[in-house]
Amino acid sequence: MKKEPFLQVSKRRNKAGWQERLLIRFIALILALIVCGAVIVALVKMNPVDVYKAIWDGAMGSERRLWQTIRDTMVLLCISIGLAPAFKMKFWNIGAEGQILIGGACSAAVMIYAGDKMPTGLLLIVMFVASAVGGMIWGMIPAVFKARWNTNETLFTLMLNYVAMQVVTYCIVFWENPKGSNTVGIINQATKAGWLPELFGQKYGWNVVIVLILTVGMFIYLKYCKQGYEIAVVGESENTARYAGIQVRKVIVRTMAISGAICGIAGFVIVSGASHTISTATAGGRGFTAIIVAWLSKFNTFIMVAVSFGIVFMDQGAVQIATQYGLNENASDVLLGIILFFLIGAEFFINYRVKRAKK
Amino acid sequence: MRKALAIGLAAVMAVSMSAPVFASDDSEGGAGIAKEDLKIGAIYIGDENEGYTAAHMAGIDEMVENLGLDDSQVIEKTLIGEDEGCYDAAADLADQGCQIIFANSFGHETYILEAAGEYPDVQFCHATGTQAASSGLSNMHNYFTNIYEARYVSGVVAGLKLNEMIADGTVKEDACKIGYVGAFPYAEVISGYTSFYLGAKSVCPSVTMEVKYTNSWASFDLEKECADALISDGCVLISQHADTTGAPTACEAAGVPCVGYNIDMTSVAPNTALTSASMDWGVYYTYAVQCMIDGTTIDTDWCKGFAEGADKITPLNDKVVAEGTEDKVKEVEDALSDGSLHVFDTSTFTVDGKELDTYEKDGQEYVSDGYFHESEYGSAPAFDVAIDGITSITE
Repeated sequence: MKKEPFLQVSKRRNKAGWQERLLIRFIALILALIVCGAVIVALVKMNPVDVYKAIWDGAMGSERRLWQTIRDTMVLLCISIGLAPAFKMKFWNIGAEGQILIGGACSAAVMIYAGDKMPTGLLLIVMFVASAVGGMIWGMIPAVFKARWNTNETLFTLMLNYVAMQVVTYCIVFWENPKGSNTVGIINQATKAGWLPELFGQKYGWNVVIVLILTVGMFIYLKYCKQGYEIAVVGESENTARYAGIQVRKVIVRTMAISGAICGIAGFVIVSGASHTISTATAGGRGFTAIIVAWLSKFNTFIMVAVSFGIVFMDQGAVQIATQYGLNENASDVLLGIILFFLIGAEFFINYRVKRAKK
Repeated sequence: MRKALAIGLAAVMAVSMSAPVFASDDSEGGAGIAKEDLKIGAIYIGDENEGYTAAHMAGIDEMVENLGLDDSQVIEKTLIGEDEGCYDAAADLADQGCQIIFANSFGHETYILEAAGEYPDVQFCHATGTQAASSGLSNMHNYFTNIYEARYVSGVVAGLKLNEMIADGTVKEDACKIGYVGAFPYAEVISGYTSFYLGAKSVCPSVTMEVKYTNSWASFDLEKECADALISDGCVLISQHADTTGAPTACEAAGVPCVGYNIDMTSVAPNTALTSASMDWGVYYTYAVQCMIDGTTIDTDWCKGFAEGADKITPLNDKVVAEGTEDKVKEVEDALSDGSLHVFDTSTFTVDGKELDTYEKDGQEYVSDGYFHESEYGSAPAFDVAIDGITSITE
């Protein structure tokens, strides 16, 4: 007797339509929330609706909290935009953390040493450019090695994160206040020199403007520019690219220069627009979170807005459930993990068709 | 629209009605806040799993009990980093109606200052900080305890143990060296280990000390490694100014006596932990919140010690401490309380072979009447002089 598998899995011949994809993802999200609820009840015997409400409250409960959520979304989004071209080229840039730190350190250095020597507008432009160049150099180092000697970029970029951390630690020795305390504190607290000013009465207005310009710019660059097309071809197959006459080495270095520069700008946005300080925790793991954002969004920068918002939303909510219910903040990591599991799992059902085996 | 109007009207009425009650001048110590209307915020660098923050949380609980408040009147935010997240937390607590907000980590200070400027009606209290007085903000306060007194007493306990080890021949008199696991090389830590050393030296004159830094406030692995390195460097007793149980864990494995910080270390080092220098933050929290109730002004710099019960050493581990320790500790504690003994008595140590007869910092002379006036002109420790007998290794 021939045994038939209960379920048959086959690759979809035609891509699922957008309605179908949306439906699958929506079902995944609902399932994720149900499982999260079950976990909450099982672990802490609390009403999951209350916990969801607290998360919502923590992220959007007041105007201030909403703006914090927006501010952190913009930072995460900026980093994800930076990573998009690199990953689209299948260049595994695990080094966003380092590129952010170097960018942030450049901004901080300009603030500290030139804060009182330039008019505000010029100072901010110098900081912006310094951060972009800093991040660009940090991103180009592994790219040049990859292009020239085919080194492994995953390891190389990862290791450069630790180098960047040491560079920042070294800088802090000169900038810390008081000496030996390892804290730089708020830079230019009295003069606010080098702080992004308010825009439309909003403290974080400029952060939003800068990052949204990058969002649109990157979307156009990847979708409608020749260079964006080259990135896609190199990502699919280097040999094809070479056959088509694309200078692969040049594309690798150029793309990583852009990627690093945008991550450096993220460092500028953090230092000048949010924290006004520099420490080894300035990047805070966001360089890694952004990788998930970039992949989940399939490098579409507009989808990234939604995904970054979702992740920051959960993070902000975490603080609230921690204070309100005395749950550890890691509780929301568990919830986020469950949601990501289902969303990534949904991709399987988008690419494959599952059918009951015929009798 | 109508709803918004109603809310607006209600707000105007509420403000106009409450105005006469709260309009009295705060700086004159006007009307206090009724106990049941109090709302207290706390911002912590760590959570209950980290000794330093755990001590603060215990202090807050003690205050709630002392003053007969309800737990729901306290909002505690844990794991708040030293970045814009700290400002967010402070502003959020103020938005939620907290009238007094505490923050416990050194690096929080500039962010708390930022919030204090923005919310002039909310009192902000920052532990271990230095900038309240110079900020010119009347609602910004610093607090700390005279932890150097507790360190001195724990140093005495260590010195007596060293004497016992010399007497029974396990250590040579000229080779009794203490190892110290420090966090960062600045005044708070330097003042701490110097007072510990002076305590040990007061009973064991030949003692020397070696200090190594981890450059982290709380890292179990680094502190353990650091203690191991000190032990292999010939240190026969270990103490620490870092927040985990890393050092005592290393000591227990190596059989080296140790003195902890913040919490009782006997749970991880039952056969080697002598005692720990520790603080009772509840004394300050009770004081500060009582000020809110009474409507009196909170000290800009608050720093108290043994006399007020803000400092203590954890119970002596009878299995390890030398004979007669308890009596000696009592004697020293009493002398510190009544002011007859000063930790930084300049006749007990030298700097580059000479007695320290003057030390000026920020325009303030600290040495007079034969001792260094630690923590008298600001709540944060000030003593940052390298004295003879201590070698520190800054990498």
